[in-house]
Amino acid sequence: MTQPLLETRKLNVRFGGVHATRDIDFTLAEAELRCVIGPNGAGKSTFFKLLTGQVKPTSGEILFRGKDITAMQPHEPARLGIGIKTQVPSLFNGLSVWDNVWLAARRVNTPMQTERVTREVLERVGLLSHRDAITGLLAHGERQWVELAVVIAADPPLILLDEPAAGMSDAEVARTADLILEINRRHALVVVEHDMSFIRRIAKKVTVLHQGAIIREDTPERIMSDPFIQQIYLGKKPH
Amino acid sequence: MPVNANRTIPVADALSRFSRSWKSAALALAVGSIMLIVLPRVLDDFALVQATVYAVMAILALSLGFVWGFGGILCFGQSAFFGLGAYTYAIAVTNMGDSTVPFMLAIVLPAAFAAVLGYLIFYGRLSDVYMGVITLTVTLILFNLVNSTAGPEWKIGSAALGGFNGIPNIAPLNTPGNIDDVISPRGLFELSLAALLGVYFLLRVLLAFKMGRVIVASKENEQRLLLLGYDSRVYKLLTFVLGAAIAGLSGCLFANWGAFTSPTVFGLAQSAQIIIWVIVGGPGTLVGPVIGCVAIQWLTTQIGTQQTINSNLVLGAILVVFVLMVPKGIVPSLGELGMKLVGAARRTRRSADDTRNVAQDDTHSASREEAA
Amino acid sequence: MDLAAIILIQVLYAIASLVVISSGLAVIFGMMKVINLAHGEFMMLGAYAAIEAIRFGVNLWVAILVVAPLVVALIGVVLERVFIRRLYGRMIDTMLATWGLSLLLIGVVTSIAGNTTAGISAPLGNFAIGGYSVSSYTLVIIAVAVVLGVALRWVLLHTSLGLIARGTMQNPQMADALGIAPGRVYSATFAIGAALSGLAGALLAPMTGVVPTMGGAFIAKAFITVIGGGPAIVAGLVSSSMLFGAINQVATFASTPVLGEVALLVGAIVMLRLLPRGITGRFFKGAL
Repeated sequence: MTQPLLETRKLNVRFGGVHATRDIDFTLAEAELRCVIGPNGAGKSTFFKLLTGQVKPTSGEILFRGKDITAMQPHEPARLGIGIKTQVPSLFNGLSVWDNVWLAARRVNTPMQTERVTREVLERVGLLSHRDAITGLLAHGERQWVELAVVIAADPPLILLDEPAAGMSDAEVARTADLILEINRRHALVVVEHDMSFIRRIAKKVTVLHQGAIIREDTPERIMSDPFIQQIYLGKKPH
Repeated sequence: MPVNANRTIPVADALSRFSRSWKSAALALAVGSIMLIVLPRVLDDFALVQATVYAVMAILALSLGFVWGFGGILCFGQSAFFGLGAYTYAIAVTNMGDSTVPFMLAIVLPAAFAAVLGYLIFYGRLSDVYMGVITLTVTLILFNLVNSTAGPEWKIGSAALGGFNGIPNIAPLNTPGNIDDVISPRGLFELSLAALLGVYFLLRVLLAFKMGRVIVASKENEQRLLLLGYDSRVYKLLTFVLGAAIAGLSGCLFANWGAFTSPTVFGLAQSAQIIIWVIVGGPGTLVGPVIGCVAIQWLTTQIGTQQTINSNLVLGAILVVFVLMVPKGIVPSLGELGMKLVGAARRTRRSADDTRNVAQDDTHSASREEAA
Repeated sequence: MDLAAIILIQVLYAIASLVVISSGLAVIFGMMKVINLAHGEFMMLGAYAAIEAIRFGVNLWVAILVVAPLVVALIGVVLERVFIRRLYGRMIDTMLATWGLSLLLIGVVTSIAGNTTAGISAPLGNFAIGGYSVSSYTLVIIAVAVVLGVALRWVLLHTSLGLIARGTMQNPQMADALGIAPGRVYSATFAIGAALSGLAGALLAPMTGVVPTMGGAFIAKAFITVIGGGPAIVAGLVSSSMLFGAINQVATFASTPVLGEVALLVGAIVMLRLLPRGITGRFFKGAL
C-alpha cells in the first residue's frame, strides 16, 4: 500500500462556538483528482485553510507524504508542495499577469528557468497575450485563470482549487474543466465546486461535506442519486 | 480562446512599466551625475553647504520611501535610525579620532537595532497599526532618553552626550588613515550626492531582482505571498534593516554637515517630516520621496525665515491635504496626468479609425459566437 | 509601612493616569477603530481650555471637569465631520491624517498661545503619611479614574445611547435600517471620546506643565494601553492600565522615569507577542 499524498486524521477546528470541522479523515493518493461538495457553511473553505496552514486545527493531524504539517508556519505547506487557488481570487492585483506567475515560479527555479517556466505556464492557460495587463483590471474569469497559472507555476504535487469555475461563462467552464484534467496528468487536485455537470466531467470520486463532517464519499453518479444529499442541498436538482 | 486584442493599456500600467524600466533609472542617474559634476563648479561653498543638506535628507527620504512606499512597512519612527546614525558617528569619532570605523558604525548600529526591533515586530506578526505605534514609541523613547543626558556624568568613552544641548564640534570625515586630511564642504557635497545616487542605484537594482519583487508583492498581498511559499517575515526584516542602514548613513552625513547633533534628530517632528516627504512625493516611486523632500525642505526653510506662519501648522496642513486629496503623491499624480493628456490625444485620433472598424468587428464576433 | 503606603498610592496614581489618559482613545479606537494620532493634542486643547477658563474667573473644578471636556467635544465634532468621516475604513490614512491634524493643532495653538509653559497649580495641597508628603490631587485623579471606569461601563451597558453606539459599531447598515443614523452616532461617539481626552488633559495639567507640545508625552502610552487592552473597551482599559501602570511605576522606582517609559514599551512588545489581540482578546472574553 503506497503512502497517500495527503491524509488528515480526526481533524477538528472550532471557532468560538462553531464546530467548523468535525473529525475529518480525508485521504488522497498521488495524482488523484477529488471533488469536494457541500452546501454553504459545510466547511469546505475552512478545510482548505487547514491544509494550507492558514488556520490551525483544534485537534487532529494533517500528513503530507507522511510528514506532519499540522503545526507549520503559513508559508511552509506551500514549500512542501501544496498550492491553492482561493475562493475569492487572491493575486497581486497591482502587478502584471507576468509578474504574478513569475513570482510563483521564481521560488523553485533559477532566474533563467523562471523566464521559460512563466512563459510556458501562461501559454498553457492561454494568457500569454495578456502578460503585461495589470491583474486587478482583468475580468473575473481571466483572473481565475491567472490564479490557476500562479498555482501551477511552482509545480506543486497537490493543488487545491476552491470554486475554479465560479462566475464563468459556459465556454470558460468547459475550458477550465479541460485544463484541470490536463493538470491532473501530473498533479493531484482537490476541487471544491457546486456545478454538478462540471464535477461529472472531471471527477471519479466525490467527497460530500455537511456541517463540517464528511458524510459520503462515492462516485458522482451515486452521490447525485442519493435522496439525502439532494435534500441537504435544499431541493437543488441534479442535472 | 477569446481575447480582446484591442484593449488599450491603462494609464497606470504604462506609467508603472516606465518607472520600473531601466530607462527611468538611467535618466535619474544621468541627471544626478550631471549635477554631481556641474554644481561644485558653479556654486560657491555657501550654496554647496545648503545643497548638501538637501542631498543628505534625500537619502533619508529614500530610506522610508523604500521601506514604506515599496515594502508597505509603516514605520513612524524612521528618525530613530537617523538619530542613531548621527549620534553613533559623533560618539565614535570623538573616541576614535579616525573617522573610518565611526562611519561604518553609523550604518551598522542602526541596522542592528532595526534587526532586533524588526524581529520582535515581524516574527510576532504584529499588524500595521502596532507597527506604527511601536516605531513611534521607540523614537519618542530615544528622544527622551538622549534628552535627559545633560549632566557631565553621561558619557560614552570620552564623548559627553550633552542631553538637550547635543554634541557640538563633531570631527568631520577624514581620508581613511590620514586624520588631518579632513573633508571640505565641497567634498562633503560630492560625497553626499554620490551617496544619494549610489543608494538610488542600489535600490533600483534590488527592486528589479527577486528580493525587491518579493518585497513589493508582500505589500500587495501578503497572504498570497505566503501561499506561494515565501516567508514574508524574512523579507520584511531585511527591508526594515536595509532602510535603517540607509537612514543611519544619512544621519552620519548630517552630523558631518552641521558638525553638531542634538536630540531633535529623534524627534516626532523629524519623523513626521520624513513621512510627509514620502507622501507628498509619492510612495511607490524612488524619485518621488526625493522630490518631496527637496520641496518640503525648501518650504520649511522659507517658513523658518519669517515669523508669521508656524511651520507645524503648514506641515500638518500639507499632510492632511495630501492624505485626503492626493494620496498617491506628486510624482505619480503628475505622471498620470501627463499620460492622460497623451492618451486623450491618441484617442481622438483613434476614434476616427474605430468608426471604420466597427462594422468589420461586428461580423467577426458574430462568426465567433456561431463557432462556440 | 509608610513607604508601602506611598508606593501603593504612586502605583495607583500611575494606573489611574493611564486610565484617564487612555479613556478617550479607548472610546474612539475601541468603538470606531479610528486611530487618532491627534489624541495627545486633544488633551493639550483641554488643558489650554481649562487654563483660559480659569483666567476668565471660572472655578477651577468647573474649568477642569466641565469646560475642558465641552470645548474639546465641540472641536471633536467639527473635526469628525470635516476630516475623519472621509477616512472610515482606511486605517493607515486615518493615522496619517490625524498625525497631520496633530501638527496642525500644535501649530495653531503655538501661534496663539506661544511656546512658553503655562500651568495650573495643584489644588488641595499636600497631606502627610509618616515622614512623606503626598499631593492630595493624586487622590482626586485616582477617584476620577474610578468614576470614569464605572460610568463608561454603565453608559455602554445600561443606557440606550450605549446600546445604540455598540450596535452601530458592529453593524452600521442594520442600525441604518432601524432608523438610527450612523453618521450621528459616529459624531456623538467621537465627541465623547474627544471630551474624555480633553478632560484628561485638563485634569493632568496641574501635575505636568502645559505647553503646545505636551501631547507627545501621552500619545504613546495611551495607544499602548488601548491596544494592549484588547477589544473589550472598559475591561481592556482597566486591565491594561493596571498592567502597564504597575510596570511603569515599579521600573521608575527602580531607576529613572525615562527608564520607566522604556519598561512600559518593552512590556508592551512582550505582551503583544504573547497576546496579539490584547488582554481581553484572551481573558475576560465577552466582557464589555
